[in-house]
Amino acid sequence: MNIQYLKNLCSQVRRDILRMVHNAKSGHPGGSLGCTEYFVALYHEIMHYNATKFTMNGKNEDLFFLSNGHISPVYYSILSRSGFFPVKELSTFRKLNSRLQGHPSVHDGLPGIRISSGSLGQGMSVAIGAALSKKLNKEFDRIIYSLHGDGELNEGQIWESILYAGSKNIDNYIATVDYNRQQIDGTTDEVLSLGNLRKKFESFNWKVLEELEGNNIEKVINILKNAKNEIGKGKPILIILYTQMGYGVDFMVGDNTWHGKYPNKKELEKALLQLKLSESSLEDYPIS
Amino acid sequence: MNMKQYENKGLKETRAGFGEALTFLGEKNTKIVALCADLTSSLFMNQFSKKFPERFFQIGIAEANMMGIAAGLTIGEYIPFAGTFANFATSRVYDQIRQSIAYSHKNVKICASHSGLTLGEDGATHQSLEDIGMMKMLPGMTVINTCDYNQTYSATLAIADYFGPVYLRFGRPAVANFTDKNQVFEIGKAVLLTKGKDITVVCTGHLVWEVLEASKVLYQKEGIECEIINIHTIKPLDEKSIIRSVNKTKCILTAEEHNYWGGLGESVARILTTNRCFVQQSFIAVDDIFGESGKPMELLKKYNIDRNAIIKKIKLLIGKKGKKKN
Repeated sequence: MNIQYLKNLCSQVRRDILRMVHNAKSGHPGGSLGCTEYFVALYHEIMHYNATKFTMNGKNEDLFFLSNGHISPVYYSILSRSGFFPVKELSTFRKLNSRLQGHPSVHDGLPGIRISSGSLGQGMSVAIGAALSKKLNKEFDRIIYSLHGDGELNEGQIWESILYAGSKNIDNYIATVDYNRQQIDGTTDEVLSLGNLRKKFESFNWKVLEELEGNNIEKVINILKNAKNEIGKGKPILIILYTQMGYGVDFMVGDNTWHGKYPNKKELEKALLQLKLSESSLEDYPIS
Repeated sequence: MNMKQYENKGLKETRAGFGEALTFLGEKNTKIVALCADLTSSLFMNQFSKKFPERFFQIGIAEANMMGIAAGLTIGEYIPFAGTFANFATSRVYDQIRQSIAYSHKNVKICASHSGLTLGEDGATHQSLEDIGMMKMLPGMTVINTCDYNQTYSATLAIADYFGPVYLRFGRPAVANFTDKNQVFEIGKAVLLTKGKDITVVCTGHLVWEVLEASKVLYQKEGIECEIINIHTIKPLDEKSIIRSVNKTKCILTAEEHNYWGGLGESVARILTTNRCFVQQSFIAVDDIFGESGKPMELLKKYNIDRNAIIKKIKLLIGKKGKKKN
């Protein structure tokens, strides 16, 4: 593992996120910036997949499902930078006739996407279905991953799926909660307190891991590796990943007003100055 | 001329046709999986669950989760049949179906039992009269409503061979089993039950038998010849068969166990207009009102969708057409 390269890639992904959202004059930069290390770790160190020959069934591959679909900018960035589709396509984000819809969609045939998401709370059910299919297909070495917002845990369906996964021992599955403790109307404590998330999941028969430094690439890789060691032990696995919304840009970090706000030209320039690239193989996608 | 007669080969539940066909499919194809939300015996899915326990998923009373899990199972190329009551299979989980199944192009078969008023004594909370409308509005969704045991059996086999999301609607009570046991179910193809010159009757689900019974009386007492078209596939709708018939008969009645808003009748009205087929249409459907507890036949009578209501409406329509009795 080349940590310096991955750190550079994180910078590049953050640049992509900000430029995409600025270019579209809409989108969700806050959560995207906060989850950058998770996506870089997942797609560059953890998952086994075939980016150049994308198939819906993903036979003999690990599969990832994004449940909080609004952080599509980070998802699209990492998919393109992992070879699923051309990087230059990022410039079409949220534009007419684009495969890069505001929220990820299967409908438009973008390689890497296996479920449409946006309406919250549905992705864990889908991930469980995929985990069951991996077991039926006897792909015992393969793992299903999913990512959820903490605010998303307000939804009722997700508790149906948490109950199911624990009760039915779905142990080829690693869910992660992006625990930035922010949602649109305020902090998660203000809006609808989640209480003790670890205890809640544990009481539903999950194995819970926590990482307090969710924006430290090495720590994120380690926690995902630790989670993989828990596969096949009779319990679904949860990573509570403490992240900071807007991480990487000083005037965005920890501020929930950047949940769904785009940076203007001045703000973009200021932010990009803080996200330097020192890797010759990386460069910003061209804007057509 | 003599009207073609259909024989009631005994009373059987449409849901039994579903459950038995599902078991047959399970033997034939190891990619068939089934999910149920704590209503396994109500949907006759217990035979499948016993025979293929590894391919049966008891989800518990959590229909939203069931729809999502079904969507996920398709990713491993399984063909999930998710079964529950019609209102829990639609209105309760509409957003899940919309996003995770329809918009995601997933090959999920949503199998809805206990539809319509004929669910009976459980009353309005369980009587789905809006589900056809909701499901037909989803892009890419195929909507099927079967009329008897044999048709439900054949439809269940047919949708397994079709790739794409399907809403299969059937019911609770034992009803006349009259269609051919060896029928080939063609999705999107109308079934011409009787030929007639006086009126086209387009009908679906449990009301098909009511229409057949009504037409016997109309023929014997009034000499009225009904051309009865069974529409099992409401979407996509077999426009050609309906238009061809209406061009001959010049009037049409639609009959369904559903609210007239959003039902088969509305779909038919649309194709009549777009095909410049300007004839009088009448509706046998529930009049924008919730149901109530009661026996199935009592309910059909009270809500004016039974055979007597059909006879009355047809006579009225033919009178308007200025048609003389034979």
